[in-house]
Amino acid sequence: MRRGIGSFELDVDLRVEPGEVVAVLGPNGAGKTSILRGLAGLLPLDAGRVALDGVVLEEPAAGRFVPSERRPIGMVFQDYLLFPHLTVLENVAFGLRSRGTPKPAALATARQWLERVGLAGEAQRKPRSLSGGQAQRVALARALATNPALLLLDEPMAALDASTRVELRRDLRRHLESFRGVRLLVTHDPVEAMAMADRLVILEHGRVLQSGTPAEVTQRPRSRYVADLVGVNLFRGRANNNVITITDGGSLMATGASDGEVFAVVHPRTVALYRSRPDGTPRNVWEGRAVDLDFEGDRVRVQVAGPPAIVAEVTPAAISELGLDRGDRVWIGVKATEISVYPA
Amino acid sequence: MASPAHKATSVRPAAPVALLVLAGIGATFFVVPLLGLVLRTPWGATWDQLRSPEVLTALRLSLLASVSATAIALALGVPLAWTLARLTFPGRAVLRAVTVLPMVLPPVVGGVALLLAFGRSGLFGGWLATAFGVHLPFTTAGAILAETFVAMPFLVITVEAGLRSMDTRFEDAARTLGASRWTVLWRVTLPLIRPSLVAGAVLCWARALGEFGATITFAGNFPGRTQTMPLAVYLALETNPDAAIVLSLVLLAVSLAVLIGLRDRWLGSS
Repeated sequence: MRRGIGSFELDVDLRVEPGEVVAVLGPNGAGKTSILRGLAGLLPLDAGRVALDGVVLEEPAAGRFVPSERRPIGMVFQDYLLFPHLTVLENVAFGLRSRGTPKPAALATARQWLERVGLAGEAQRKPRSLSGGQAQRVALARALATNPALLLLDEPMAALDASTRVELRRDLRRHLESFRGVRLLVTHDPVEAMAMADRLVILEHGRVLQSGTPAEVTQRPRSRYVADLVGVNLFRGRANNNVITITDGGSLMATGASDGEVFAVVHPRTVALYRSRPDGTPRNVWEGRAVDLDFEGDRVRVQVAGPPAIVAEVTPAAISELGLDRGDRVWIGVKATEISVYPA
Repeated sequence: MASPAHKATSVRPAAPVALLVLAGIGATFFVVPLLGLVLRTPWGATWDQLRSPEVLTALRLSLLASVSATAIALALGVPLAWTLARLTFPGRAVLRAVTVLPMVLPPVVGGVALLLAFGRSGLFGGWLATAFGVHLPFTTAGAILAETFVAMPFLVITVEAGLRSMDTRFEDAARTLGASRWTVLWRVTLPLIRPSLVAGAVLCWARALGEFGATITFAGNFPGRTQTMPLAVYLALETNPDAAIVLSLVLLAVSLAVLIGLRDRWLGSS
């Protein structure tokens, strides 16, 4: 799908298999919500195609556009958007009523959904009086009550208290598992994405940077954004005969690298620091300046300016042993076997 | 008043005396006429005056005309407000200006304009008369038309402001749930802007109730047909001052009720 929004252009190719939960993960302003609005028909596309179970919902080139109200979708909005003038029960029945189900039947189905999400006792309350977690479940029940083929969730946990988030995430995951259709959620929270999704799609500046299982994405990050999320050093360069020439300057020696454009990942824990040039083992040795020391519990993350620039993670004891301070020169050692290389 | 915060404000630098004097004169200017009206009211005869045929007739006609004008304003003004708030089209600014114009236009001018449009020899008046046998000038329908013309802008701008300030994502949510545009309007948009609808309707009704200039110009002054309360007050002042005062008192009471009813909106909480 493609859509320009002001100076921003969204251009993504996204496929979700039945039975799969896909999370679109990206920083704020990456275009995550726009994807959902595009799929929901709330944001008409400039070009591209939206198809669901083989039915084309939108294709500007073919002049096809199915309006929101006739797409078989359910959407959970970021702050839930429960209708404040209706009761919880009426909120859940809204979709069925709108699609022509007679009132008694719609209310009966809505009641069943409230039971499923454990809120049967709150049916007559107004949304205003619900807690964040309850509102989330009402929003989910409202979206699922029409039996949609596609469920869209926009930052479903963002409006919740940090203290209740873990438990509510487990609940949501359980509810999502019981739903048969296609499930797509967007979030800027990597923990949430990894906890809920079978597959991650990394989005930045309106483009898909990477897609894969949480394990694949975290082990083989293909963007600075993901590398920072996971907390590893990511280098991009050109490999030739086990020597990687890094695009941003410097080079690394790695074993088993196939020639060509590659990504190289170095875990900060495998980076050794020395006060003077080390002898022997590490194949990669270079000198840099420690630009920042970040104490995190029993670990210290040391940012060293390169080239190549790298982050090392050592113990506070090692720091005092080295007598290392911000601005000091320091030697870096990385074993060739600790560098994981994969094609770009 | 015992709290330190209040003490702190009371010792703020004193306001200039001249300013306070002028403000006092300004306040008196509002209070004295109202005081005059209340003090001169023949309280003993009020009930009899209220039941006199001429007062009752004017009351009944005023109610009928102002409520009808409000109903018409709701039926036409809400769609107009929606169009102004939600659609972008060339000439929208002009349309809004035309819609709001009767608020600043001298009502007499409005009456003249209505005569020229719907009068016997007016732009549409002749056609209305020959095609449908409808005569608007100097009829109750004409009085309603005049009141609607003057009062509807109050409803339109209030409802438009309500539509602009509401979170339209509620409408998006309704559409993803399968609601047609019409269902969205009735079941989501209008309920959500209900406070604006009520306020707009009340303001519109109050303005219609007090309408004088456009009504007397376009509909004339026939007791029982077009002589609404303000017109009756004006006439009675010559012939039966007590009736004029009682009618004025009724209108004042209505105004106060409107003000109190909309106090959250207008008087603020501070």
